[in-house]
Amino acid sequence: MPANVERELQNVPPSQLALTNVTKLFTSQHGEPVLALDNISLTVKEAEFVCLVGPSGCGKSTILNLVAGLEQQTEGRVLLDGEEITGPGRDRMVMFQEAALFPWLNVLDNVLFGLKLKPGLTNAEREQVALFYLQLVGLEKFVHANVHELSGGMRQRVALARSLAPNPRILLMDEPFSALDTMTRESLYRDLQRIFTQRSKTILFVTHNIREAVCLGDRVVLLSPHPGRIREIFEVKLPRPRDINSPELAELSSEITAALKQYLKKDA
Amino acid sequence: MKRIFLICLTFAFGLGILEILGRNGAWNTELFPLPSEILSFLGRTLTDGHAHAGKATGEKNPSPILYAVESVTDSTLLAAITVTLKRLAFGYFIGFALGIPLGLITARFRFMRETLGLVALGMQGLPSVCWVPLALIWFGASESAILFVVVMGTLWSLMLATEHGVRTVPPLYSRAARTMGSKGLHLWTRVLIPASLPSVISGMKQGWAFAWRSLMAAEIYVTILSGYGLGWLLHNGRETLDMAQVIGVMLVIVAIGLLADRIIFAPAENWLRARWGLDKA
Ligand SMILES: Nc1ncnc2c1ncn2[C@@H]1O[C@H](COP(=O)(O)OP(=O)(O)OP(=O)(O)O)[C@@H](O)[C@H]1O
Ligand SMILES: [Mg+2]
Repeated sequence: MPANVERELQNVPPSQLALTNVTKLFTSQHGEPVLALDNISLTVKEAEFVCLVGPSGCGKSTILNLVAGLEQQTEGRVLLDGEEITGPGRDRMVMFQEAALFPWLNVLDNVLFGLKLKPGLTNAEREQVALFYLQLVGLEKFVHANVHELSGGMRQRVALARSLAPNPRILLMDEPFSALDTMTRESLYRDLQRIFTQRSKTILFVTHNIREAVCLGDRVVLLSPHPGRIREIFEVKLPRPRDINSPELAELSSEITAALKQYLKKDA
Repeated sequence: MKRIFLICLTFAFGLGILEILGRNGAWNTELFPLPSEILSFLGRTLTDGHAHAGKATGEKNPSPILYAVESVTDSTLLAAITVTLKRLAFGYFIGFALGIPLGLITARFRFMRETLGLVALGMQGLPSVCWVPLALIWFGASESAILFVVVMGTLWSLMLATEHGVRTVPPLYSRAARTMGSKGLHLWTRVLIPASLPSVISGMKQGWAFAWRSLMAAEIYVTILSGYGLGWLLHNGRETLDMAQVIGVMLVIVAIGLLADRIIFAPAENWLRARWGLDKA
């Protein structure tokens, strides 16, 4: 492998993220203000896996979009490695609920999309990098397949390879597995944990599945809606790789579920 | 192969029945000629003979004016097809070259959409024959008049399809692209335009259908002295009461429509289906 490719494939230092007193106000279609995030403060350490959980409308996606640079907060500060976020950047890659792959490109070209925007590599080198990540997610046999020929799980694997390819320092994942069946999801949990340890990334992961959050996260941040607020943060000390069906994991997730129900009852 | 054979056989059988019925006086063959007469017209004129050199018996054209016209032009069917296709390709190309950028502009700028877009919407509803009187006044009975009518027939539907295509691109695509560092021109050329291809291709197909119809209208109404198209030949068939010519030319027009679909649009749509999957194309 050429030295340039090898250098590109090396792990980059993971990011550190700090949100302080972040408020986000939307205007609804009827012109009324919607407080999506109310005074959110959260720090995510280098190479930490943090899961945001909570019922629909609690502002999980909004937090992710602020970090991604797709939205701007109304108040407060969002700092990535000490610097204010002003827009999207290659150091932060996003994976969405639906694969958001481009149907006019094949698998390889989808993975190459972000890489081609990265300077300092030749196209042949970029292709080697893309192939490395497709191999990492186990899709080396489907390099030239069209997107619609893949199953939902395979599409999310391509999307994962695509977001890993530019070698970001933080990965932002918005319910990436929620549309998949249980079996497919479980194999993706295994692979994501493997990749997380192997590639050493900071990951901010949104889900409304508490078990999934406990399975993947070092910490689980519980939010509640109207307005979106952080209610409690749980540490998950279980050793990796974790099995989503293990009893310890089930125990912690039912604890978190009970806490969430309490908060929702109090708000009602 | 077997299917093609079967299809040909079915058509031959149908024509055979028509021929037998016609020969036995089931209708007036002056008004609806026998299949064999039409085929002989096509065979004669597609090779090299004159379109309106009279019927198979070879009687002379009765109209002295048309006769004079005939002597200054090469009016074989093949030449007419060439003239017509050239006009079509040229007019369609202009409509395409104007329609796509205008569609992109109306998709991008709200103000343009509310003004130019509205004009396009109105114009699309106007049957293209309605442009003929205007074209005749502006350009006279000329090649430009015909082109103008074809362009007006194509432009609006292509423009609207492009605008619709761009505006219905799922926002998720551009969000995903932006997070990967795509913006501005790159976002347009690599995401928004490719993503709107299905709509643009169906607009191109519709635009082609409009161009074809308007060209025939223009050729029938705009009689010009330079180059005779299929529309004129059709018109001329009526003037000379040569029904084999009228129907023969109509068949050629139908065949060109079918061929365009098979050669240009069907492959494009198949490609799209292979890439995009069945649901989108
Ligand atoms: N662009 C927008 N305009 C207006 N309101 C918005 C907008 N985006 C989000 N909101 C509102 O902000 C609140 C939080 O939305 P957000 O999408 O972050 O929730 P979520 O936790 O991701 O929910 P879900 O689990 O359904 O994805 C909701 O009440 C939503 O209606
Ligand atoms: Mg969401």
